[in-house]
Amino acid sequence: MPVPQKNNEMTANWTIDGVRDALAAKKIAARELAADFYTRIEARNPELNAYLALSPERARRQADRIDALVAEGKTLPPLAGVPVAIKDVISTRGTKTTCGSKILENYIPPYDATAVERLEAAGAVILGKTNCDEFAMGSSNENSAYGPVKNPVAPDRVPGGSSGGSAAAVAAGLAVAALGTDTGGSIRQPGSFCGVPAMMGSYGRVSRYGLIAFASSLDRIGPFATNVKDVAAIMQVIAGRDPHDSTSTTAPVPKYGEEIGKPVKGLRLGIPKEYFGEGMDGGVRKKIEAGIELYKKLGCQLIEIRMPHTDYAIAAYYIIATAEASSNLARYDGVRYGLRVEDDSLLAMYRKTRGAGFGPEVKRRIVLGTYVLSAGYYDAYYLKGQKVRALIAKDFRDAFAKVDAILTPTSPVPAFKLGERTNDPLQMYLADIYTVTGSLAGVPGISVPCGKIDGKLPVGLQIFGPAFGEARVLQLAHAFEQAGGTTV
Amino acid sequence: MKISREDVLRVAELAYLDLSEKELETYRAQIDEILEYIGKLNELDTAKVEPMAQVLTDDQTADATLREDLVVPSAVAEDVLKHAPDPEPPYFRVPKVIERA
Repeated sequence: MPVPQKNNEMTANWTIDGVRDALAAKKIAARELAADFYTRIEARNPELNAYLALSPERARRQADRIDALVAEGKTLPPLAGVPVAIKDVISTRGTKTTCGSKILENYIPPYDATAVERLEAAGAVILGKTNCDEFAMGSSNENSAYGPVKNPVAPDRVPGGSSGGSAAAVAAGLAVAALGTDTGGSIRQPGSFCGVPAMMGSYGRVSRYGLIAFASSLDRIGPFATNVKDVAAIMQVIAGRDPHDSTSTTAPVPKYGEEIGKPVKGLRLGIPKEYFGEGMDGGVRKKIEAGIELYKKLGCQLIEIRMPHTDYAIAAYYIIATAEASSNLARYDGVRYGLRVEDDSLLAMYRKTRGAGFGPEVKRRIVLGTYVLSAGYYDAYYLKGQKVRALIAKDFRDAFAKVDAILTPTSPVPAFKLGERTNDPLQMYLADIYTVTGSLAGVPGISVPCGKIDGKLPVGLQIFGPAFGEARVLQLAHAFEQAGGTTV
Repeated sequence: MKISREDVLRVAELAYLDLSEKELETYRAQIDEILEYIGKLNELDTAKVEPMAQVLTDDQTADATLREDLVVPSAVAEDVLKHAPDPEPPYFRVPKVIERA
């Protein structure tokens, strides 16, 4: 593989295998590759604002380890020398982790998240931390206290959120892969907006130790990459039981790299009517229909299904997610870490610290979440939300009794313009209408690029699988990509 | 109107969150609209539905996830205190607490 020219996103075509092959063949050193990526970041980041912090010393140390392995002729680990970016809600020892919030502006974690540790143990080079909506609350990355990220494919538009920085970094060639987090669509929707594959595994598939919590019954860590095979390779490394996270499961992790090549002919794919209703952009509809047609050509069986509670998912989600957030964010009290606004009284210190440290969306969600949990409203809102969540999970179970996977658009619209929805929280929430369902049900989902509207704005096709059906989801996404789905 | 100014004040107090006058009114109006939207859940009869608090799988039972209670070294106290707003090792210092206001 040729060494990409510096600062040219068109040549940013490194893949995980490409990096390993180039290292093994001594065409480039890991240290050189990391330096090259930092040069690109330096050139593009002032405009894109995808990275909030860089960790060049850590990257250099790791690259030197990889170069030593090459020099000794040792077998290279699966992600040897691969430059990766980490969303800023995931803890990195020694590197600032702000969650896109002023309240954690100077927070330096004393430990690594398990996912980060596993990436590094597999040879990856951690370049730095990516921008995101504050505490992962948002669908456009405009809720970051450190400014919005621009979509590299259309700089007047948002990259999606909340993992907008991770999606933009990969799409702009400023990382070969990245970790994001998904609570209601925060990996899949930015993947869709920036035109890169992006995956959320089943709830419990990837350890969340070191992930700074937003909504604990929903939060998941997952990868962005430039192709589905690389998404599978990252999943392989980060998946699996972790004693530090009691919600991570012992379910065995299949060899995704072997599974993705299997033929998809004969698989039954459910097309839920409820995901193709009003409110979907005409351009998105055309591309998704073309994508579905491609599966037909691949020999899959298309089955129209019903998921009758889909329309209630946003309402249930914003009760549950805000309730959990109000509880999780109680820890930011100015005592142990982060911002403190001084006052003589402890309670006033709490109030001032939180009032000054949190941004508008986070405050709004804390107020809403506290309200739905408060005496007199708990049954009407929180309990109701949990019951509707059960109905949505049942929709998925019923569907998977008939089909092997479900196809939907990832988002009803392509990337919207910066500032277009910032004054209307409800409109912003509705951008997650097709992704929150899978979040509530706990099933795995991927967004795979499915053409561009007018050759410009990317569209994402979402594939849901049954719980722990990551291999099936990856296999379908891979087959789609190989058959030319990314340019339908 | 689903949520009043007093409701927002009460909730902000519960959450120890200072809000300006402007924030108070903006959030009240926005949350009112969101609660109005959430009201659509009442179209569903959920009398016989068990609430779902967590996505649980068979291996997430206590037996599967509880580990032995072993003492393992953890030498992060110094790092943790280093980044505290007002450390007094081995303590965190806070304003004097006499009684709840």
